[in-house]
Amino acid sequence: MDEVRIEDAARLVPAVLGALVRRYGHFDLAEDAVQEALLAATRQWPEDGAPTDPKAWLVRVASRRLVDALRSEEARGRREASEAALSPVDSHLAPAPDEVGTEDDDTLRLLLLCCHEALTSSSQVALTLRAVGGLTTREIATAFLVPETTMAQRIARAKATVMRAGARFELPPEADLTARVQAVLKVLYLVFNEGYLTSSGPELHRRDLTEEAIGLAREVHRLRPDDPEAAGLLALMLLTDARRPARLRDGALVPLDEQDRSLWDRSAIAEGVALVEATLASSPGLGPFQLQAAIAAVHDEAPSAAETDWTEILALYDLLVSIAPNPVAALNRTVAVAEVHGPSAALALLDSLTEDPRIAGHHRTHAVRAFLLERAGDTEAAAAAYIEAARRATSQFERQHLQTRVARLSS
Amino acid sequence: MKYMLIIYGNDELWSSFPPEQMQDIIARTDAHNRALIESGEMVGAFGVADQSASKLVSVAGGESTVTDGPYIETKEYIGSFTIVDVEDEARALEIAARNPASEFTKVEVRALLHGGTADEL
Repeated sequence: MDEVRIEDAARLVPAVLGALVRRYGHFDLAEDAVQEALLAATRQWPEDGAPTDPKAWLVRVASRRLVDALRSEEARGRREASEAALSPVDSHLAPAPDEVGTEDDDTLRLLLLCCHEALTSSSQVALTLRAVGGLTTREIATAFLVPETTMAQRIARAKATVMRAGARFELPPEADLTARVQAVLKVLYLVFNEGYLTSSGPELHRRDLTEEAIGLAREVHRLRPDDPEAAGLLALMLLTDARRPARLRDGALVPLDEQDRSLWDRSAIAEGVALVEATLASSPGLGPFQLQAAIAAVHDEAPSAAETDWTEILALYDLLVSIAPNPVAALNRTVAVAEVHGPSAALALLDSLTEDPRIAGHHRTHAVRAFLLERAGDTEAAAAAYIEAARRATSQFERQHLQTRVARLSS
Repeated sequence: MKYMLIIYGNDELWSSFPPEQMQDIIARTDAHNRALIESGEMVGAFGVADQSASKLVSVAGGESTVTDGPYIETKEYIGSFTIVDVEDEARALEIAARNPASEFTKVEVRALLHGGTADEL
């Protein structure tokens, strides 16, 4: 029994948890029971060998723990756990928990629960990683650089909030489902960004988080193949993550235009581009993830920075800011404007954007201004803007990169 | 995002409270901290000894020297600090405002860029 099989067990978490919640209800207790079953697996499988049917094993062990938990709650009189709570809520209607066929719906139901609107986004992220991703509380705590007890409290509270909000373990009607799935996509994108941009901590990338996000986005795309934004999100992640090998050189951040493109992951790019093309061809209306993926695809397909089709990128940004106005997209658009219309036009645009207090003080805004000033040949003002950006950057890699830019300007 | 909420001490201020009011402040601070633990936002909270007990260490030529100090020319010094991990700055400011000490003194809110507790580094 090697390490890989335990990871396989983590993959079974949504199926096992779904089976339990469907049968017994009690999302909060079921979630704990599944985590305990996973822990039991990591202890027992290496010694006794993996069971022939790992999922059935996990369902059995988790069910036992859940029933124990329900009984002890009942014994303590803290909850009205009548016999009804111990018997399947819909035993005469639903298939047994270890029967196949409803796993896909279960995963989707779980994602909707974990991304419930009553939760803060950091709680949505934590709960999704644990209940659907199968990460342990400790792994999630480590990924977000908080004490394990803090993360445990956050997850416990999130589960209580979901229960209190009266969330049901069922799929909403198709019309609402699409909207609810969009909330899930946003959460997965947060997970990806935390892994890729690493807002804090000593590492530039946290591969576990980016890989987890891509895995979950792949799952949502598989469950909702006709949702163009689900495809767009998966494509965006693949096309962004494809550049990861070239993003760091000698411990320093390498901007896109200076990256060694031969290091980029061609198979990820091919998959991302295929997704973008398929969704652009079939989608009636374009969503923000599709457009951002399309922009990433233009970058990834350019043989060199100089050969980048900036006119195409600017057109895509124009669409993006018109359908989903958002200050960060507007900021990124100014770089495309500089490439197509020159730095002066972009600087004028940036001035109008910084009236928005949401981005006025952000380090990216100062970094973009610095970049545009450098392009315009105003070295002194560019250096001042890079220094300001470095002061405000929250990632030490970005900070170092910005300080390098200052040094480069003054040499 | 993590923030450090710093409360500056001021001997005159803290010694001006009668004991029962001090007890009340402590009790409310404990409750405030417990709420943060329960919400999963608390990373840690620490009280800092009076600055008159602080020492300064420096090493020159392999020799370490310990002196008293730093004798900062101010009456305000760090009395305690709390580290929270919250959704955004607005929430950090809200927590700062809920700290009972904010009724008497200012709470400084600083974003933390990197680092973590021992088991995370």
